[in-house]
Amino acid sequence: MTMVTTPTQIKEAAEAAPVSRPSAPSEMTKKIRHVAAITLPPLIGLIILLGLWELACQTKGAMLPPPSKVLADTKELILDPFFDNGGTDKGLFWHLSASLQRVAMGFSLSAVVGILLGMVIGQSQLAMRALDPIFQVLRTVPPLAWLPISLAAFKAADPSAIFVIFITSVWPIILNTAVGVRNIPQDYRNVAAVLRLSPVEFFAKIAMPASVPYIFTGLKIGIGLSWLAIVAAEMLIGGVGIGFFIWDAWNSSLMSEIILALVYVGLVGFALDRLITVIGKKVSG
Amino acid sequence: MSAYLSIDDVGITFQTEKGSFRALDHVNLKVDKGEFISIIGHSGCGKSTILNIVAGLLQATEGGVLLENREVDSPGPDRAVVFQNHSLLPWLSVYDNVALAVDKVHSKTKSKEERHAWIMHNLQLVRMDHAKDKRPGEISGGMKQRVGIARALAMEPKVLLLDEPFGALDALTRAHLQDSLLEIQRRLGNTVMMITHDVDEAVLLSDRIVMMSNGPAATIAQVLKVDLAHPRRRVELADDPTYNHYRAEVLRFLHGHAPASVAA
Repeated sequence: MTMVTTPTQIKEAAEAAPVSRPSAPSEMTKKIRHVAAITLPPLIGLIILLGLWELACQTKGAMLPPPSKVLADTKELILDPFFDNGGTDKGLFWHLSASLQRVAMGFSLSAVVGILLGMVIGQSQLAMRALDPIFQVLRTVPPLAWLPISLAAFKAADPSAIFVIFITSVWPIILNTAVGVRNIPQDYRNVAAVLRLSPVEFFAKIAMPASVPYIFTGLKIGIGLSWLAIVAAEMLIGGVGIGFFIWDAWNSSLMSEIILALVYVGLVGFALDRLITVIGKKVSG
Repeated sequence: MSAYLSIDDVGITFQTEKGSFRALDHVNLKVDKGEFISIIGHSGCGKSTILNIVAGLLQATEGGVLLENREVDSPGPDRAVVFQNHSLLPWLSVYDNVALAVDKVHSKTKSKEERHAWIMHNLQLVRMDHAKDKRPGEISGGMKQRVGIARALAMEPKVLLLDEPFGALDALTRAHLQDSLLEIQRRLGNTVMMITHDVDEAVLLSDRIVMMSNGPAATIAQVLKVDLAHPRRRVELADDPTYNHYRAEVLRFLHGHAPASVAA
Protein backbone atom coordinates (compact mmCIF):
# COMPACT_ATOMS: atom_id res chain seq x y z
CA MET A 1 0.00 0.00 0.00
CA THR A 2 2.93 2.33 0.62
CA MET A 3 3.54 2.30 -3.13
CA VAL A 4 1.04 5.16 -3.50
CA THR A 5 2.78 7.44 -1.00
CA THR A 6 4.42 10.56 -2.25
CA PRO A 7 8.03 11.32 -1.32
CA THR A 8 6.91 13.99 1.18
CA GLN A 9 4.60 11.55 2.92
CA ILE A 10 7.41 9.09 3.29
CA LYS A 11 9.59 11.84 4.70
CA GLU A 12 6.85 12.82 7.17
CA ALA A 13 6.38 9.23 8.17
CA ALA A 14 10.07 8.92 8.86
CA GLU A 15 10.09 12.10 10.94
CA ALA A 16 6.99 11.11 12.87
CA ALA A 17 8.59 7.89 14.06
CA PRO A 18 12.32 8.45 14.43
CA VAL A 19 12.89 5.40 16.62
CA SER A 20 10.48 3.13 14.79
CA ARG A 21 11.25 -0.55 14.97
CA PRO A 22 11.25 -2.15 11.53
CA SER A 23 8.45 -4.58 12.42
CA ALA A 24 5.95 -2.10 13.93
CA PRO A 25 4.22 0.15 11.36
CA SER A 26 4.35 3.85 12.25
CA GLU A 27 1.23 6.00 12.81
CA MET A 28 1.64 7.51 9.36
CA THR A 29 1.73 4.17 7.57
CA LYS A 30 -1.36 3.10 9.50
CA LYS A 31 -3.18 6.23 8.36
CA ILE A 32 -2.16 5.68 4.74
CA ARG A 33 -3.28 2.06 4.96
CA HIS A 34 -6.62 3.18 6.36
CA VAL A 35 -7.18 5.69 3.54
CA ALA A 36 -6.11 3.10 0.98
CA ALA A 37 -8.49 0.50 2.43
CA ILE A 38 -11.38 2.93 1.91
CA THR A 39 -10.46 4.38 -1.49
CA LEU A 40 -8.86 1.45 -3.31
CA PRO A 41 -11.78 -1.06 -3.48
CA PRO A 42 -14.24 1.35 -5.19
CA LEU A 43 -11.44 2.48 -7.50
CA ILE A 44 -10.69 -1.10 -8.51
CA GLY A 45 -14.41 -1.77 -8.95
CA LEU A 46 -14.71 1.23 -11.25
CA ILE A 47 -11.70 0.20 -13.33
CA ILE A 48 -13.08 -3.33 -13.78
CA LEU A 49 -16.50 -1.97 -14.76
CA LEU A 50 -14.99 0.48 -17.28
CA GLY A 51 -12.78 -2.32 -18.64
CA LEU A 52 -15.76 -4.64 -19.22
CA TRP A 53 -17.71 -1.82 -20.84
CA GLU A 54 -14.72 -1.01 -23.08
CA LEU A 55 -14.42 -4.66 -24.12
CA ALA A 56 -18.17 -5.08 -24.74
CA CYS A 57 -18.43 -1.98 -26.91
CA GLN A 58 -15.20 -2.55 -28.85
CA THR A 59 -16.88 -5.33 -30.82
CA LYS A 60 -18.18 -4.58 -34.30
CA GLY A 61 -21.82 -3.52 -34.47
CA ALA A 62 -21.92 -2.30 -30.88
CA MET A 63 -24.77 0.20 -30.50
CA LEU A 64 -23.19 2.19 -27.66
CA PRO A 65 -19.77 3.89 -27.54
CA PRO A 66 -17.04 2.50 -25.26
CA PRO A 67 -15.76 4.78 -22.46
CA SER A 68 -12.70 5.78 -24.45
CA LYS A 69 -14.90 7.11 -27.24
CA VAL A 70 -17.23 8.84 -24.77
CA LEU A 71 -14.24 10.63 -23.31
CA ALA A 72 -12.92 11.64 -26.72
CA ASP A 73 -16.35 12.85 -27.95
CA THR A 74 -17.19 14.86 -24.85
CA LYS A 75 -13.78 16.28 -24.05
CA GLU A 76 -14.88 19.82 -24.89
CA LEU A 77 -18.05 19.54 -22.82
CA ILE A 78 -16.10 18.29 -19.83
CA LEU A 79 -13.34 20.88 -20.10
CA ASP A 80 -15.64 23.87 -20.71
CA PRO A 81 -18.86 23.49 -18.74
CA PHE A 82 -19.42 27.28 -18.64
CA PHE A 83 -19.89 28.21 -22.34
CA ASP A 84 -23.06 30.01 -23.30
CA ASN A 85 -24.00 30.35 -26.97
CA GLY A 86 -27.50 31.58 -26.20
CA GLY A 87 -30.78 29.66 -26.26
CA THR A 88 -30.38 26.12 -25.01
CA ASP A 89 -26.82 25.80 -26.36
CA LYS A 90 -25.10 26.11 -23.02
CA GLY A 91 -22.43 24.29 -21.03
CA LEU A 92 -23.35 21.43 -18.70
CA PHE A 93 -22.86 23.66 -15.67
CA TRP A 94 -25.77 25.86 -16.79
CA HIS A 95 -28.00 22.86 -17.49
CA LEU A 96 -27.27 21.32 -14.10
CA SER A 97 -27.68 24.62 -12.29
CA ALA A 98 -31.07 25.21 -13.98
CA SER A 99 -32.23 21.77 -12.89
CA LEU A 100 -30.89 22.29 -9.37
CA GLN A 101 -32.72 25.62 -9.09
CA ARG A 102 -36.01 23.95 -9.95
CA VAL A 103 -35.29 21.18 -7.44
CA ALA A 104 -34.34 23.76 -4.80
CA MET A 105 -37.65 25.56 -5.21
CA GLY A 106 -39.86 22.49 -5.46
CA PHE A 107 -38.08 20.66 -2.68
CA SER A 108 -38.04 23.63 -0.28
CA LEU A 109 -41.77 23.98 -0.80
CA SER A 110 -42.37 20.30 -0.17
CA ALA A 111 -40.12 20.34 2.92
CA VAL A 112 -42.09 23.18 4.51
CA VAL A 113 -45.52 21.83 3.55
CA GLY A 114 -44.53 18.21 4.26
CA ILE A 115 -43.17 18.88 7.76
CA LEU A 116 -46.18 21.03 8.74
CA LEU A 117 -48.73 18.54 7.40
CA GLY A 118 -46.80 15.64 8.92
CA MET A 119 -46.86 17.37 12.32
CA VAL A 120 -50.63 17.84 12.09
CA ILE A 121 -51.28 14.26 11.02
CA GLY A 122 -48.92 12.88 13.64
CA GLN A 123 -50.52 14.93 16.39
CA SER A 124 -54.20 14.59 15.51
CA GLN A 125 -55.95 11.22 15.19
CA LEU A 126 -58.82 12.89 13.33
CA ALA A 127 -56.55 14.55 10.77
CA MET A 128 -54.75 11.25 10.25
CA ARG A 129 -57.95 9.30 9.69
CA ALA A 130 -59.17 11.97 7.27
CA LEU A 131 -56.01 12.44 5.24
CA ASP A 132 -53.91 9.29 5.48
CA PRO A 133 -55.94 7.17 2.99
CA ILE A 134 -55.85 10.01 0.45
CA PHE A 135 -52.10 10.40 0.86
CA GLN A 136 -51.53 6.66 0.58
CA VAL A 137 -53.28 6.66 -2.82
CA LEU A 138 -51.78 9.89 -4.13
CA ARG A 139 -48.20 8.97 -3.26
CA THR A 140 -48.28 6.04 -5.67
CA VAL A 141 -49.06 8.30 -8.67
CA PRO A 142 -45.91 8.44 -10.84
CA PRO A 143 -44.28 11.90 -11.09
CA LEU A 144 -44.85 12.37 -14.80
CA ALA A 145 -48.55 11.60 -14.49
CA TRP A 146 -48.86 14.93 -12.65
CA LEU A 147 -47.25 16.88 -15.48
CA PRO A 148 -50.25 17.26 -17.84
CA ILE A 149 -52.44 18.42 -14.97
CA SER A 150 -49.90 20.92 -13.75
CA LEU A 151 -49.28 22.20 -17.29
CA ALA A 152 -53.01 22.72 -17.63
CA ALA A 153 -53.19 24.48 -14.27
CA PHE A 154 -50.11 26.71 -14.55
CA LYS A 155 -49.96 27.17 -18.33
CA ALA A 156 -46.18 27.55 -18.08
CA ALA A 157 -43.29 25.10 -18.16
CA ASP A 158 -41.26 26.21 -15.15
CA PRO A 159 -43.98 26.31 -12.48
CA SER A 160 -45.24 22.96 -13.77
CA ALA A 161 -41.83 21.36 -13.35
CA ILE A 162 -41.53 22.80 -9.85
CA PHE A 163 -45.00 21.52 -9.01
CA VAL A 164 -44.10 18.02 -10.22
CA ILE A 165 -41.05 18.04 -7.93
CA PHE A 166 -43.15 19.26 -5.04
CA ILE A 167 -45.90 16.70 -5.49
CA THR A 168 -43.39 13.86 -5.95
CA SER A 169 -41.25 14.58 -2.91
CA VAL A 170 -43.86 15.77 -0.42
CA TRP A 171 -45.33 12.35 0.48
CA PRO A 172 -42.35 10.69 2.14
CA ILE A 173 -41.74 13.92 4.09
CA ILE A 174 -45.35 14.01 5.34
CA LEU A 175 -45.48 10.34 6.24
CA ASN A 176 -42.09 10.16 7.96
CA THR A 177 -42.71 13.35 9.95
CA ALA A 178 -46.06 11.95 11.08
CA VAL A 179 -44.42 8.72 12.24
CA GLY A 180 -41.81 10.80 14.11
CA VAL A 181 -44.47 12.83 15.91
CA ARG A 182 -46.50 9.73 16.76
CA ASN A 183 -43.35 8.18 18.28
CA ILE A 184 -42.63 11.09 20.65
CA PRO A 185 -42.23 9.34 24.02
CA GLN A 186 -45.08 9.85 26.48
CA ASP A 187 -42.49 11.20 28.95
CA TYR A 188 -41.83 14.22 26.75
CA ARG A 189 -45.56 14.82 26.40
CA ASN A 190 -45.91 14.66 30.18
CA VAL A 191 -43.12 17.21 30.60
CA ALA A 192 -44.89 19.49 28.12
CA ALA A 193 -48.19 18.98 29.97
CA VAL A 194 -46.71 19.76 33.40
CA LEU A 195 -45.07 22.91 32.00
CA ARG A 196 -48.33 23.82 30.22
CA LEU A 197 -46.53 24.44 26.93
CA SER A 198 -48.79 26.01 24.30
CA PRO A 199 -49.30 24.07 21.04
CA VAL A 200 -46.79 26.36 19.30
CA GLU A 201 -44.22 25.86 22.09
CA PHE A 202 -44.83 22.11 22.03
CA PHE A 203 -44.27 22.10 18.28
CA ALA A 204 -41.05 24.15 18.43
CA LYS A 205 -39.49 22.81 21.64
CA ILE A 206 -40.59 19.16 21.75
CA ALA A 207 -42.20 17.86 18.56
CA MET A 208 -39.69 19.31 16.09
CA PRO A 209 -36.46 18.26 17.84
CA ALA A 210 -37.89 14.90 18.89
CA SER A 211 -38.84 13.97 15.32
CA VAL A 212 -35.73 15.35 13.59
CA PRO A 213 -34.33 11.89 12.71
CA TYR A 214 -37.64 10.87 11.12
CA ILE A 215 -37.99 14.19 9.30
CA PHE A 216 -34.56 13.79 7.78
CA THR A 217 -35.33 10.25 6.63
CA GLY A 218 -38.30 11.76 4.78
CA LEU A 219 -36.21 14.61 3.39
CA LYS A 220 -33.58 12.16 2.12
CA ILE A 221 -36.13 10.06 0.27
CA GLY A 222 -37.77 13.27 -0.93
CA ILE A 223 -34.62 14.83 -2.42
CA GLY A 224 -33.88 11.58 -4.26
CA LEU A 225 -37.38 11.51 -5.75
CA SER A 226 -37.10 15.22 -6.70
CA TRP A 227 -33.97 14.57 -8.69
CA LEU A 228 -35.59 11.59 -10.39
CA ALA A 229 -38.63 13.66 -11.26
CA ILE A 230 -36.84 16.76 -12.57
CA VAL A 231 -34.80 14.88 -15.18
CA ALA A 232 -37.94 13.19 -16.49
CA ALA A 233 -40.02 16.37 -16.38
CA GLU A 234 -37.40 18.44 -18.19
CA MET A 235 -37.32 15.94 -21.05
CA LEU A 236 -40.92 16.85 -21.68
CA ILE A 237 -41.03 20.58 -20.95
CA GLY A 238 -37.80 21.58 -22.70
CA GLY A 239 -35.80 24.74 -21.95
CA VAL A 240 -32.46 24.74 -20.17
CA GLY A 241 -31.92 21.78 -17.87
CA ILE A 242 -30.05 18.50 -17.68
CA GLY A 243 -33.17 16.51 -18.63
CA PHE A 244 -33.65 18.57 -21.75
CA PHE A 245 -29.94 18.24 -22.52
CA ILE A 246 -30.28 14.45 -22.53
CA TRP A 247 -33.38 14.57 -24.71
CA ASP A 248 -31.71 17.02 -27.11
CA ALA A 249 -28.64 14.75 -27.34
CA TRP A 250 -30.88 11.77 -28.07
CA ASN A 251 -32.58 13.68 -30.90
CA SER A 252 -29.17 14.44 -32.36
CA SER A 253 -27.99 10.83 -31.75
CA LEU A 254 -25.11 12.03 -29.58
CA MET A 255 -24.76 8.89 -27.45
CA SER A 256 -21.54 10.01 -25.78
CA GLU A 257 -23.15 13.23 -24.55
CA ILE A 258 -26.06 11.25 -23.08
CA ILE A 259 -23.65 9.01 -21.21
CA LEU A 260 -21.70 11.96 -19.87
CA ALA A 261 -24.95 13.59 -18.73
CA LEU A 262 -25.99 10.38 -16.97
CA VAL A 263 -22.73 10.35 -15.06
CA TYR A 264 -23.30 13.95 -13.99
CA VAL A 265 -26.92 13.23 -13.02
CA GLY A 266 -25.75 10.36 -10.85
CA LEU A 267 -23.00 12.37 -9.20
CA VAL A 268 -25.30 15.30 -8.45
CA GLY A 269 -28.00 12.98 -7.05
CA PHE A 270 -25.40 11.35 -4.82
CA ALA A 271 -24.17 14.77 -3.67
CA LEU A 272 -27.74 15.89 -2.83
CA ASP A 273 -28.29 12.75 -0.77
CA ARG A 274 -25.04 13.28 1.16
CA LEU A 275 -25.89 16.95 1.67
CA ILE A 276 -29.18 16.10 3.41
CA THR A 277 -27.42 13.44 5.51
CA VAL A 278 -24.76 15.93 6.62
CA ILE A 279 -27.35 18.62 7.46
CA GLY A 280 -29.36 16.01 9.37
CA LYS A 281 -26.33 15.07 11.45
CA LYS A 282 -25.58 18.73 12.15
CA VAL A 283 -29.15 19.48 13.21
CA SER A 284 -29.55 16.47 15.50
CA GLY A 285 -26.17 17.31 17.05
CA MET B 1 -59.04 24.01 58.77
CA SER B 2 -58.95 22.23 55.43
CA ALA B 3 -55.83 20.41 54.36
CA TYR B 4 -53.21 21.85 52.00
CA LEU B 5 -53.61 18.98 49.58
CA SER B 6 -56.64 16.79 49.85
CA ILE B 7 -57.49 13.65 47.90
CA ASP B 8 -61.24 13.15 48.33
CA ASP B 9 -62.82 9.78 47.73
CA VAL B 10 -60.93 9.23 44.47
CA GLY B 11 -61.78 6.22 42.33
CA ILE B 12 -60.68 5.46 38.81
CA THR B 13 -61.90 2.93 36.28
CA PHE B 14 -59.96 2.29 33.08
CA GLN B 15 -61.81 1.18 29.98
CA THR B 16 -59.74 -1.50 28.29
CA GLU B 17 -60.41 -3.83 25.38
CA LYS B 18 -61.15 -6.63 27.84
CA GLY B 19 -63.72 -4.53 29.65
CA SER B 20 -63.44 -2.03 32.47
CA PHE B 21 -60.74 -2.22 35.13
CA ARG B 22 -61.23 -0.70 38.57
CA ALA B 23 -57.78 0.53 39.60
CA LEU B 24 -58.47 2.75 42.63
CA ASP B 25 -61.41 2.81 44.99
CA HIS B 26 -62.33 5.37 47.70
CA VAL B 27 -58.87 6.83 48.20
CA ASN B 28 -58.83 9.53 50.89
CA LEU B 29 -55.75 11.43 52.02
CA LYS B 30 -55.03 14.82 53.55
CA VAL B 31 -51.52 16.25 53.29
CA ASP B 32 -50.28 19.25 55.28
CA LYS B 33 -48.02 21.94 53.92
CA GLY B 34 -44.35 20.94 54.20
CA GLU B 35 -45.18 17.31 54.83
CA PHE B 36 -43.22 14.48 53.20
CA ILE B 37 -45.55 11.62 52.28
CA SER B 38 -44.48 8.27 50.82
CA ILE B 39 -46.91 5.94 49.14
CA ILE B 40 -45.75 2.35 49.29
CA GLY B 41 -47.30 -0.83 47.96
CA HIS B 42 -46.71 -3.80 45.70
CA SER B 43 -46.33 -3.16 42.01
CA GLY B 44 -49.66 -2.87 40.26
CA CYS B 45 -51.43 -1.48 43.32
CA GLY B 46 -52.11 1.80 41.57
CA LYS B 47 -49.72 3.98 43.54
CA SER B 48 -48.45 5.67 40.38
CA THR B 49 -52.07 6.16 39.34
CA ILE B 50 -52.71 8.26 42.46
CA LEU B 51 -49.65 10.37 41.68
CA ASN B 52 -50.77 10.87 38.09
CA ILE B 53 -54.22 11.97 39.27
CA VAL B 54 -52.66 14.53 41.63
CA ALA B 55 -50.38 15.63 38.77
CA GLY B 56 -53.45 16.05 36.56
CA LEU B 57 -52.09 13.65 33.94
CA LEU B 58 -55.02 11.29 34.67
CA GLN B 59 -58.60 12.20 35.47
CA ALA B 60 -60.30 10.47 38.39
CA THR B 61 -63.58 8.75 37.56
CA GLU B 62 -65.06 9.74 40.92
CA GLY B 63 -63.95 12.11 43.62
CA GLY B 64 -61.31 14.75 43.15
CA VAL B 65 -58.14 16.42 44.31
CA LEU B 66 -58.01 19.83 45.96
CA LEU B 67 -54.79 21.83 46.26
CA GLU B 68 -55.18 24.92 48.45
CA ASN B 69 -58.94 24.50 48.04
CA ARG B 70 -58.76 24.63 44.24
CA GLU B 71 -59.70 21.64 42.20
CA VAL B 72 -56.96 19.93 40.18
CA ASP B 73 -58.21 19.16 36.68
CA SER B 74 -55.14 19.47 34.46
CA PRO B 75 -51.35 19.24 34.77
CA GLY B 76 -49.46 22.32 35.85
CA PRO B 77 -46.11 23.50 37.20
CA ASP B 78 -47.56 23.93 40.71
CA ARG B 79 -47.41 20.11 40.85
CA ALA B 80 -44.00 19.39 39.33
CA VAL B 81 -43.25 15.73 38.69
CA VAL B 82 -39.92 13.92 38.85
CA PHE B 83 -40.44 10.89 36.64
CA GLN B 84 -38.81 7.53 37.25
CA ASN B 85 -36.92 7.65 33.95
CA HIS B 86 -35.84 11.29 34.45
CA SER B 87 -37.47 12.30 31.10
CA LEU B 88 -34.88 14.94 30.28
CA LEU B 89 -34.96 16.12 26.68
CA PRO B 90 -31.88 14.53 25.11
CA TRP B 91 -31.28 17.32 22.58
CA LEU B 92 -30.97 19.97 25.30
CA SER B 93 -28.04 20.51 27.66
CA VAL B 94 -28.50 20.07 31.41
CA TYR B 95 -28.77 23.85 31.71
CA ASP B 96 -31.30 24.13 28.89
CA ASN B 97 -33.46 21.35 30.32
CA VAL B 98 -33.86 23.35 33.52
CA ALA B 99 -34.10 26.59 31.53
CA LEU B 100 -37.05 25.21 29.55
CA ALA B 101 -39.01 24.94 32.80
CA VAL B 102 -37.72 28.18 34.36
CA ASP B 103 -38.31 30.28 31.24
CA LYS B 104 -41.85 28.95 30.98
CA VAL B 105 -42.85 29.14 34.64
CA HIS B 106 -41.04 32.31 35.70
CA SER B 107 -41.14 34.32 32.46
CA LYS B 108 -43.39 36.97 34.00
CA THR B 109 -41.95 37.14 37.49
CA LYS B 110 -38.19 37.05 36.83
CA SER B 111 -35.90 39.00 34.50
CA LYS B 112 -33.49 37.21 32.19
CA GLU B 113 -30.61 37.61 34.63
CA GLU B 114 -32.73 36.46 37.54
CA ARG B 115 -33.81 33.39 35.60
CA HIS B 116 -30.19 32.54 34.80
CA ALA B 117 -29.27 32.91 38.48
CA TRP B 118 -32.28 30.78 39.46
CA ILE B 119 -31.29 28.00 37.02
CA MET B 120 -27.75 27.98 38.39
CA HIS B 121 -29.04 28.09 41.97
CA ASN B 122 -31.15 24.97 41.41
CA LEU B 123 -28.34 23.15 39.63
CA GLN B 124 -26.07 23.96 42.59
CA LEU B 125 -28.74 22.65 44.95
CA VAL B 126 -28.42 19.19 43.40
CA ARG B 127 -24.68 19.68 42.81
CA MET B 128 -24.92 19.49 39.04
CA ASP B 129 -23.72 23.02 38.15
CA HIS B 130 -20.37 21.63 37.01
CA ALA B 131 -22.11 19.64 34.23
CA LYS B 132 -24.44 22.36 33.01
CA ASP B 133 -23.25 22.17 29.39
CA LYS B 134 -23.41 18.38 29.13
CA ARG B 135 -26.19 16.55 27.30
CA PRO B 136 -28.25 13.97 29.24
CA GLY B 137 -26.59 11.23 27.17
CA GLU B 138 -23.20 12.20 28.58
CA ILE B 139 -24.04 11.92 32.31
CA SER B 140 -24.86 8.97 34.59
CA GLY B 141 -28.35 7.85 35.62
CA GLY B 142 -27.98 9.35 39.07
CA MET B 143 -26.88 12.68 37.61
CA LYS B 144 -29.85 12.69 35.23
CA GLN B 145 -32.18 12.17 38.16
CA ARG B 146 -30.49 15.06 39.99
CA VAL B 147 -31.18 17.30 37.00
CA GLY B 148 -34.78 16.05 36.93
CA ILE B 149 -35.11 17.07 40.58
CA ALA B 150 -33.50 20.45 39.87
CA ARG B 151 -35.95 21.03 37.02
CA ALA B 152 -38.90 20.19 39.27
CA LEU B 153 -37.63 22.31 42.20
CA ALA B 154 -36.99 25.24 39.86
CA MET B 155 -40.72 25.41 39.12
CA GLU B 156 -41.28 26.21 42.82
CA PRO B 157 -44.16 23.74 42.97
CA LYS B 158 -46.73 23.70 45.74
CA VAL B 159 -46.38 19.93 45.76
CA LEU B 160 -43.37 18.03 44.49
CA LEU B 161 -44.42 14.68 43.04
CA LEU B 162 -41.79 11.94 42.82
CA ASP B 163 -42.64 8.76 40.92
CA GLU B 164 -40.18 6.11 42.12
CA PRO B 165 -37.43 8.64 41.49
CA PHE B 166 -34.53 6.42 42.53
CA GLY B 167 -35.92 3.04 41.42
CA ALA B 168 -33.61 2.67 38.45
CA LEU B 169 -30.42 3.56 40.34
CA ASP B 170 -27.82 1.42 42.08
CA ALA B 171 -27.91 1.27 45.90
CA LEU B 172 -25.04 3.67 46.60
CA THR B 173 -26.21 6.34 44.15
CA ARG B 174 -29.73 5.94 45.52
CA ALA B 175 -28.51 6.53 49.09
CA HIS B 176 -26.65 9.68 48.04
CA LEU B 177 -29.67 11.05 46.26
CA GLN B 178 -31.98 10.23 49.17
CA ASP B 179 -29.70 12.16 51.50
CA SER B 180 -29.62 15.11 49.09
CA LEU B 181 -33.39 15.08 48.71
CA LEU B 182 -33.94 14.89 52.47
CA GLU B 183 -31.55 17.77 53.08
CA ILE B 184 -33.11 19.94 50.34
CA GLN B 185 -36.64 19.22 51.52
CA ARG B 186 -35.78 20.13 55.13
CA ARG B 187 -34.16 23.35 53.95
CA LEU B 188 -36.88 24.48 51.53
CA GLY B 189 -39.87 23.01 53.34
CA ASN B 190 -41.42 21.51 50.18
CA THR B 191 -44.56 19.45 50.34
CA VAL B 192 -43.58 16.13 48.80
CA MET B 193 -45.51 13.09 47.68
CA MET B 194 -43.24 10.20 46.71
CA ILE B 195 -44.09 6.82 45.24
CA THR B 196 -41.71 4.07 46.28
CA HIS B 197 -41.39 0.34 46.84
CA ASP B 198 -38.30 0.71 49.00
CA VAL B 199 -39.02 0.33 52.75
CA ASP B 200 -35.82 2.06 53.94
CA GLU B 201 -36.38 4.94 51.58
CA ALA B 202 -39.92 5.41 52.86
CA VAL B 203 -38.97 5.34 56.57
CA LEU B 204 -35.88 7.50 56.16
CA LEU B 205 -37.53 10.29 54.18
CA SER B 206 -41.18 10.41 55.21
CA ASP B 207 -43.27 12.10 57.84
CA ARG B 208 -46.03 9.65 57.03
CA ILE B 209 -46.06 6.42 55.03
CA VAL B 210 -49.23 5.57 53.13
CA MET B 211 -49.58 1.83 52.57
CA MET B 212 -51.73 0.63 49.68
CA SER B 213 -53.72 -2.56 49.44
CA ASN B 214 -53.34 -4.61 46.30
CA GLY B 215 -55.44 -3.98 43.20
CA PRO B 216 -57.83 -4.25 41.59
CA ALA B 217 -59.84 -1.61 43.43
CA ALA B 218 -56.77 -0.71 45.50
CA THR B 219 -57.13 1.75 48.34
CA ILE B 220 -55.23 3.10 51.33
CA ALA B 221 -55.01 0.29 53.88
CA GLN B 222 -52.93 1.92 56.58
CA VAL B 223 -51.09 5.15 57.32
CA LEU B 224 -47.97 5.11 59.49
CA LYS B 225 -46.69 8.27 61.14
CA VAL B 226 -42.89 8.30 61.30
CA ASP B 227 -41.86 10.16 64.43
CA LEU B 228 -38.11 10.43 63.95
CA ALA B 229 -36.23 13.61 64.74
CA HIS B 230 -34.36 15.53 62.04
CA PRO B 231 -31.68 15.56 60.84
CA ARG B 232 -31.96 11.88 60.09
CA ARG B 233 -28.68 10.13 59.33
CA ARG B 234 -28.90 6.71 57.81
CA VAL B 235 -25.82 5.31 59.56
CA GLU B 236 -27.02 6.33 63.04
CA LEU B 237 -30.56 5.19 62.30
CA ALA B 238 -29.40 1.72 61.33
CA ASP B 239 -29.12 0.84 65.06
CA ASP B 240 -32.03 2.97 66.22
CA PRO B 241 -34.82 0.82 67.73
CA THR B 242 -37.59 3.30 66.74
CA TYR B 243 -36.36 3.35 63.17
CA ASN B 244 -36.23 -0.43 63.06
CA HIS B 245 -39.69 -0.61 64.60
CA TYR B 246 -41.14 1.51 61.77
CA ARG B 247 -39.21 -0.49 59.25
CA ALA B 248 -40.58 -3.77 60.63
CA GLU B 249 -44.10 -2.38 60.62
CA VAL B 250 -43.96 -1.52 56.92
CA LEU B 251 -42.36 -4.87 56.12
CA ARG B 252 -45.06 -6.71 58.09
CA PHE B 253 -47.72 -4.84 56.17
CA LEU B 254 -46.17 -5.58 52.79
CA HIS B 255 -45.79 -9.28 53.62
CA GLY B 256 -49.32 -9.49 55.00
CA HIS B 257 -50.59 -7.96 51.79
CA ALA B 258 -48.46 -9.95 49.36
CA PRO B 259 -50.22 -10.43 46.02
CA ALA B 260 -51.66 -13.92 45.53
CA SER B 261 -48.99 -14.82 42.99
CA VAL B 262 -46.18 -13.94 45.42
CA ALA B 263 -47.75 -15.58 48.49
CA ALA B 264 -48.26 -18.90 46.74
